[in-house]
Amino acid sequence: MELKLTVCFLPVVLLLSGCSSLGVEPWERSTLAKPEMQLISDPVSSGLDDHIYFSKEGSSGGRGFAGGGCGCN
Amino acid sequence: MQLKKHKKIKHALTAATCTLLGVDATDSIAEEGDWAFDSAVLYYSEVDRVDAVEPVISATRDFGDEKLLNIKLVFDVLTGASANGATPSDQPQTFTRPSGKGAYTSSAEETPLDDTFKDTRIALSSQWEQPINRDYKTGFGVNFSTEYDYTSFSANGNLSRDFNKSNTTLSAGLSLAYDTISPEGDIPIAFSSMAIDSGQDDFRTEFNATRGDGEDTKDTVDLVFGLTQVVDKNTVMQLSYSFSDVNGYLTDPFKIVSVVDNNGRPVDYLYEKRPDSRNKQSLFWQAKHHFKSDVVDFSYRYFWDDWGITSHTVDLRYRWKLGRKSYLEPHIRYYDQSEADFYHRFLNEGDSLPDHASADYRLGDLNGITVGVKYGVALANEQELSLRLEYYLQSNDNTEGALPGILNDVDLYPDVEAIIFQLSYNF
Repeated sequence: MELKLTVCFLPVVLLLSGCSSLGVEPWERSTLAKPEMQLISDPVSSGLDDHIYFSKEGSSGGRGFAGGGCGCN
Repeated sequence: MQLKKHKKIKHALTAATCTLLGVDATDSIAEEGDWAFDSAVLYYSEVDRVDAVEPVISATRDFGDEKLLNIKLVFDVLTGASANGATPSDQPQTFTRPSGKGAYTSSAEETPLDDTFKDTRIALSSQWEQPINRDYKTGFGVNFSTEYDYTSFSANGNLSRDFNKSNTTLSAGLSLAYDTISPEGDIPIAFSSMAIDSGQDDFRTEFNATRGDGEDTKDTVDLVFGLTQVVDKNTVMQLSYSFSDVNGYLTDPFKIVSVVDNNGRPVDYLYEKRPDSRNKQSLFWQAKHHFKSDVVDFSYRYFWDDWGITSHTVDLRYRWKLGRKSYLEPHIRYYDQSEADFYHRFLNEGDSLPDHASADYRLGDLNGITVGVKYGVALANEQELSLRLEYYLQSNDNTEGALPGILNDVDLYPDVEAIIFQLSYNF
């Protein structure tokens, strides 16, 4: 059981310890805090794009939930 | 003014470390106690096919302590024609409208288009986000959309945890959706032959024999797991894995498949049939880097499902700062998809029917390229105006091998071209 838990959480621990060498101090975040540096900087446009491509292509989701809520596909 | 600016940075910081699930995320940066509005009108126009006008208004209120409420309303008005799946022929072809009332005809050598495509859709969504404590945040949302023959309800929840001075965020989200389709003229019985009105007395009886229930449903369970990492003071990236399980009526009631003879001429049109479940998965990676004044945004998605579709999507944007107040953002997107196992451009007369078949070009082997540009300008009082113009070209590839007779002389895989124009105003 303990081994199973270790195996399950090892990738997470490795990932987090790997990530811990990256990053910045809180006072170094002025650039990251800009609206244009948000991963979804224009949610309205992203939503419209997702709707277009959901209705024209065979794939959906990835960034967020794949469900489309429309009868277009 | 300076105070306002600092406040805005604080809220942007919140957004930066906030959960990154779903594009309905409350990324808008409202001042505490105020509503902030993002509005847009999208015009989407395909050459000879669909036109859509889509106005959106999204309102976000900051309740302080990183508690945010977002409400979004989208209208969608669609008109035009859509490929019904049938192959072109060297003769004009007549098809019965989905309602059974009347018919439409396509000219010789033209891709058959159902010109009854018309719908208005209203979608309303609401999302709440708040911290639980210093490291954990949560969010909940509901979505509702309705159109003439389709209704969708969904609810979602997400949880995220910050690590390493909020440089690393792990998140998990769950969404449950319930959709109902009730097409005019009822749902066609899969693989039944389209009844064509050629003046016979019992056409209505023939048509009714192809109809099943008045409505059907589908359930969707979506799961998204995300990792967001601040790399350095100018770079942030995200990796996410999505899993989606859909069960229920997944067939398109308006699509048919031609059955052709040895000469490639149609002898029958069958209503298509898709499996009643679909399992979709994807891996998505996005990186954003701030140069001295410009920003580059790159993302890649690998998608696969149990229908046999795999796809690659690459998206690149470069926000080129023109001055203190304006920017130009060129955009390129490339999409490449393999066909579904049951995609058949047509069926051959005399062959036994497969378990499932669809000639919907969106399930075929295709690629799409989008090129465009956005221009944005900051106005007084933190308002922003932007314009976006894009061109989308979708091309299908022939995977049928040898084609019978006249099908060699017609365009079985026509391109789809569209113009996307959007005006946005944030205030």
